[in-house]
Amino acid sequence: MSFWRRFCRNRSAVVGLIILAIVVLIAASAHLLFPEDPFKLVGQSMSPPGENGFLFGSDTLGRDVAAGMAHGARVSLLIGLIATTVAVSLGVLLGAFAGYFGGWVDDVLMRVTEMFQTIPSFIFAILIVAIMKPSINSVIIAIAVVSWPAVARLVRGEFLAMRNREFVQACHIIGMSDWRIMVREILPNCLSPIIVTGSLMVATAILIESGLAFLGLGDPNIISWGFQIGAGRTVLRSAWWVCTFPGIAIMLTVLAINLVGEGLNDAMNPRLRERT
Amino acid sequence: MSQAGKRSRYVLKRLLHAIPVVLAIIVVNFFLLQLAEGDAVDVLAGEAGSATPEYMAQLREKFGLDQPLPVQLGVYMKNMLSFDLGYSFRHDMPVSQLVLDRLVPTLLLMVSTITLAVGFGIILGLVAASNLNTWKDNVISIFALISYATPLFWVGLMMIVVFSLKLRWFPTSGMENVAMFYEGWDRVKDIAHHLVMPTLTLSLFYLALYTRFMRASMLEQASMDYVTTARAKGLTERRIVFVHILRNALLPVVTMAGVQVGSLIGGSVIVESVFAWPGLGMLAFEALFSRDLNLLLGIFLLSALLVVAINLVVDLLYSFLDPRIEVG
Repeated sequence: MSFWRRFCRNRSAVVGLIILAIVVLIAASAHLLFPEDPFKLVGQSMSPPGENGFLFGSDTLGRDVAAGMAHGARVSLLIGLIATTVAVSLGVLLGAFAGYFGGWVDDVLMRVTEMFQTIPSFIFAILIVAIMKPSINSVIIAIAVVSWPAVARLVRGEFLAMRNREFVQACHIIGMSDWRIMVREILPNCLSPIIVTGSLMVATAILIESGLAFLGLGDPNIISWGFQIGAGRTVLRSAWWVCTFPGIAIMLTVLAINLVGEGLNDAMNPRLRERT
Repeated sequence: MSQAGKRSRYVLKRLLHAIPVVLAIIVVNFFLLQLAEGDAVDVLAGEAGSATPEYMAQLREKFGLDQPLPVQLGVYMKNMLSFDLGYSFRHDMPVSQLVLDRLVPTLLLMVSTITLAVGFGIILGLVAASNLNTWKDNVISIFALISYATPLFWVGLMMIVVFSLKLRWFPTSGMENVAMFYEGWDRVKDIAHHLVMPTLTLSLFYLALYTRFMRASMLEQASMDYVTTARAKGLTERRIVFVHILRNALLPVVTMAGVQVGSLIGGSVIVESVFAWPGLGMLAFEALFSRDLNLLLGIFLLSALLVVAINLVVDLLYSFLDPRIEVG
């Protein structure tokens, strides 16, 4: 059965994919839907949703909440994707070395991984951004630094299980280099769990990013959902909508990515499905 | 060797295992401090308004900041191990005293959150697993999925809008009503009243996590051979679920609770800053705003130590709960 048909068997994964597609579409067309800079003051401040031409209302300074959300979608998705890519690359590299070479390399790398898993990750991320000064780069680095250990452990396990398999031994015998065996032979065999974990990590990365931005640790020049909520909390009493709508956007996006991730898991590991 | 002897040796082994982790965390802390722009002397000079380069050099010599890096690291580690976390110039207090003062409210919040999340998570997971694929299971699973995807700070703000501003059931912020000078039971009740919303907010995500985990764990145990045996003996389904499956299904949930403590502390930074709960998280939020790096590093170190300690306790608890774990 094709991958696509197996994916579609999971009803909720399809719903997730549709929501995600809509979010991506809005993010991609943000500059068409709202050509103005989302930081620009475009009308009456504190307008409730639906009034003065604001779909989701305006904030304390008269910025359009809906425009901020559309442009914020871009930032959230981009940071989620880039941070996850960095984290997955780092995790795959370290996990592959640990699993393939074993011995003291494995010992050292796994101790380091354990330590990173012990450290309270969100506080660590806060520290990294605070020390490097808030910017899109420091946020991405912080998220990647706290996210790679999970991938490293997973990849190490896969490599450990594969390294003594017959096809790997055959590669050794024909004189293939270690690097080539790792990249060309073993890695393609453990791609599916990496993809599933990676897709779920994008959701976590978006949540971390919104938390950092909420605390005022986002890039000050870029609008994001967490920033909008953080800026709106002071007027919670009089303008509930400033905080409410960006939060719904975060929730829907993260939910959609989680559903798609689970769908990928079911489609890629059909045997695991029978257990639940 | 006797059972008690084995047990104490196990405890010792776990303690020894924790030492390198603690040392490594201190080293990470030191290098983070090095990464930061400017040093303590720059901060002091900034506070004073102006300082001559000669005076700053003199200060650097006094604090040992002109020494080579390894020497500085040695001094730093010695300080940390004697719990001298440096000085917060903003609060004009030693960092160690500041963080210890704020530890109790955070622990209170964490204990109530873990109790609520693990307790209800186990119940909801149990209900979902024993009513597999019915409406109960579906409602619980959807609830878990949504809670899992919702940012904590948003839940907190929405609860303030609904329960504090509209319904006026709970106070918006703080830990107690200081102006009322409550004493004894009245004070306990007042603090509990303030604790409700932060606890609910922080526990929502973990409730979802434990519910999903408990459900999966119950389903896994239900397919084991010992369950078939129990059924063949003619035990009631009730007895099989509550006496046989439940006990075994609880074990991985206990481990999970320990693993999540680190992220719980991170979540408490957000929840405390939303509800102005005067704990470590709120202190971290204040330190961020006043750019008090020393204080932030102190909070980080203390919370990391807390995680190491709690993991240790969970490991030991686990060895009591599950005698199959090799203690020796």
